[in-house]
Amino acid sequence: MRDEASDVLAGFRRGDPAAFEALFQMHQRSVYGWLLRIVRNVSAAEDLTVETFWRLYQAHARFDPERGFEPWARRIATHAAFDWMRAQRREVELTVDVAAQPGGDPAATDEIRRATAEAFGRLAPKLRIAAVLAVVEERPHKEVADALGISVGAVKVRVHRALRQLRRDLEKQGMKP
Amino acid sequence: MKQGSEIRDQGLESTEQLLRKALEPVGERETERDLWPAMRQRMEAQPSAPPWFDWALACGVAVFALAFPASIPVFFYYL
Repeated sequence: MRDEASDVLAGFRRGDPAAFEALFQMHQRSVYGWLLRIVRNVSAAEDLTVETFWRLYQAHARFDPERGFEPWARRIATHAAFDWMRAQRREVELTVDVAAQPGGDPAATDEIRRATAEAFGRLAPKLRIAAVLAVVEERPHKEVADALGISVGAVKVRVHRALRQLRRDLEKQGMKP
Repeated sequence: MKQGSEIRDQGLESTEQLLRKALEPVGERETERDLWPAMRQRMEAQPSAPPWFDWALACGVAVFALAFPASIPVFFYYL
């Protein structure tokens, strides 16, 4: 089993299309799930999954089997999501698809929730990604740091800055978090 | 254990709670469809070599950086 996985990874590194397809089938769900957490849009997450694997395919010669496929794929997926978020309008609605689903805390009024989501959508993508993964999705800081290619300390700084800017934005709108 | 509890600032803790209420966690979700056909279409449609305008853009950025070195930190900040 282990040898089979090693063969697939070695084949991928050589540029074998069959090995790439095998890796795609193995990892598409986890890559999609990671992207959905960041972009919170089903259609965009699907497109970005394809974009991520396209980038992986193009970079197959740089793949280091020692470091594993999953962390590498996750990092490239995070960069693809970052590029997508930068290309969107700053006022991108993060409430689509995912946040708009029922089951939220009824104590937060719809207006405050909407204002918070909109203010969050106005943050810089690099702050949004760190905050959504660490705060909303509660992923470990180490995992977020690896995906972003930065240190754990830098993740904490980005989360702190994101929350501070979010608070300022809400205060400007007359809301006191 | 909430990671956000590391943040000492009381105001930021309440902002963090507000953000959690505003955005539902996605959690573990999987795509309902196989994306391989879209992937194969993408592979067949695009050449693996970067298009000429990528090179032109890279050259443009390099020339700009050489002409205005002070802009390099600003460029990396927004990258």
